[in-house]
Amino acid sequence: MTTLNNGVEANITQTQPLWLLAEITYRCPLHCAFCYNPTDYADHTKNELNTDEWIKVLRDARKMGALQLGISGGEPLLRDDIEDIVTEANQLGYYSNLITSGVGLTEKRIDSFKAGGLDHIQLSMHDITEEISNFVTDTKTFKLKQKVAAMIKDRGYPMVLNVVIHRYNIGHIKEILEMAEKLGADYVELANTQYYGWSLINRNQLMPTKEQIDEAEKITNEFREYIGNKMKIFFVVPDYYAERPKKCMNGWGEVFMIVTANGDVLPCHSARVLPNIDFPNVKNDQLNEIWYDSSAFNKYRGDDWMKEPCQSCSEKENDLGGCRCQAFLLSGDAESADPICTKSPHRHLIDQALEDSKNEILQAQPIIFRTDKNSKELIQGEHKERLKDFKAMP
Amino acid sequence: MTQKIELSDIYKIAPHHRFQWEEAQNCYVILFPEGMIKLNPSAGEILNLVDGKNSVENVVTLLKEKFKDAGDIEKDIISMFEFALNKAWISKE
Ligand code: SF4
Ligand code: SF4
Repeated sequence: MTTLNNGVEANITQTQPLWLLAEITYRCPLHCAFCYNPTDYADHTKNELNTDEWIKVLRDARKMGALQLGISGGEPLLRDDIEDIVTEANQLGYYSNLITSGVGLTEKRIDSFKAGGLDHIQLSMHDITEEISNFVTDTKTFKLKQKVAAMIKDRGYPMVLNVVIHRYNIGHIKEILEMAEKLGADYVELANTQYYGWSLINRNQLMPTKEQIDEAEKITNEFREYIGNKMKIFFVVPDYYAERPKKCMNGWGEVFMIVTANGDVLPCHSARVLPNIDFPNVKNDQLNEIWYDSSAFNKYRGDDWMKEPCQSCSEKENDLGGCRCQAFLLSGDAESADPICTKSPHRHLIDQALEDSKNEILQAQPIIFRTDKNSKELIQGEHKERLKDFKAMP
Repeated sequence: MTQKIELSDIYKIAPHHRFQWEEAQNCYVILFPEGMIKLNPSAGEILNLVDGKNSVENVVTLLKEKFKDAGDIEKDIISMFEFALNKAWISKE
């Protein structure tokens, strides 16, 4: 045996879809202002894959080495076959995660999930106040979420709470963490809003200030010290206030594979906004050919596609040029550096967005909630004024 | 915060964690909410024996038998236990 002091093999040498994310339906009873689903989702709610088709996806991806399975949406519980999918996932050896708003999680269903071998449930929470929670989701779901949290705990599941942070709840971080503690959460993800999909068109309404974020981070660190190992807290920093972009999805086609409700296979949630790419579909092609050979998955793999300033940048391994969708939506050039980067010639677009988010007139524009009606209106070209800063529909 | 490992301690894989052999990666892995760790062969051999029954001492004995030419591996094994405990991959029975 060789040295043991660090048992971790950090380098993943070849690309492998270790994470499979099943965006199993775009239907959702909630209407979150910050939803990252595509704004044209109403076009993708038909032709959902059926149970057998999903099971084939699970089997094929598992053969390719997929290990972590996220079942998300939309609200996955709107489908009545999650039980079958979970059971199959367990038999195949996935570590499976149901990502839910809690709506539709009954005692009966959670018992079947447990019996089927579902490994954990990630519940979205929004605020400590009923008022704000109901406001940002545009539904009356606050009380229900509290009840669901108790049910998850009661079944012995690790409780993973996901809280999307924005201007309306960033002042309540401490109280949110206290609530999580009271609910017995094992993991809490404070995820600052990432501006894709619906959150992008509501950016001026959702963006907190730099001071608010710094304060929230400080409070989070203090709470971490107090709570120790009992509850793991992740604070996902927002990239707009950073100087370098994130390594989006850990690299295009590196470890994440997303299969959408209708069977399209994507390297990231919002990849469909990108121009000149035909994303393959599991109804027509084999999953391993899609991952390894399709032009879509090879398009932004590695760094050959890069332009300056990224191509000769000494930091390119760190972030691989950032997010292609963000680059395209804001600059109009999908091969440009993510405009978050201060080396990007488009950084002024981010600075402008930060300015706009302080502009009271722009702030006062109504939120466009994620609803079928709004999605259809956006598809038909309405709300033009809200899209004028973007090169395509988010 | 390093916790001390005693030879008589009995550990198991921590709740909400799963340890399994992965054919596709040819290694053992640990899976948990939002994460996974691929283990190198020696770490995998050790954790494979962490089953809520074997004491640390047993693990050492079993591995010494299995890898006769490896020399004195006790220290390495203990430090792997420490590492895994700190990462909360294992917990006491
Ligand atoms: S963010 Fe809200 S609206 Fe969007 S899918 Fe999740 S629960 Fe539904
Ligand atoms: S120039 Fe490109 S590669 Fe370099 S840090 Fe900026 S985004 Fe990353």
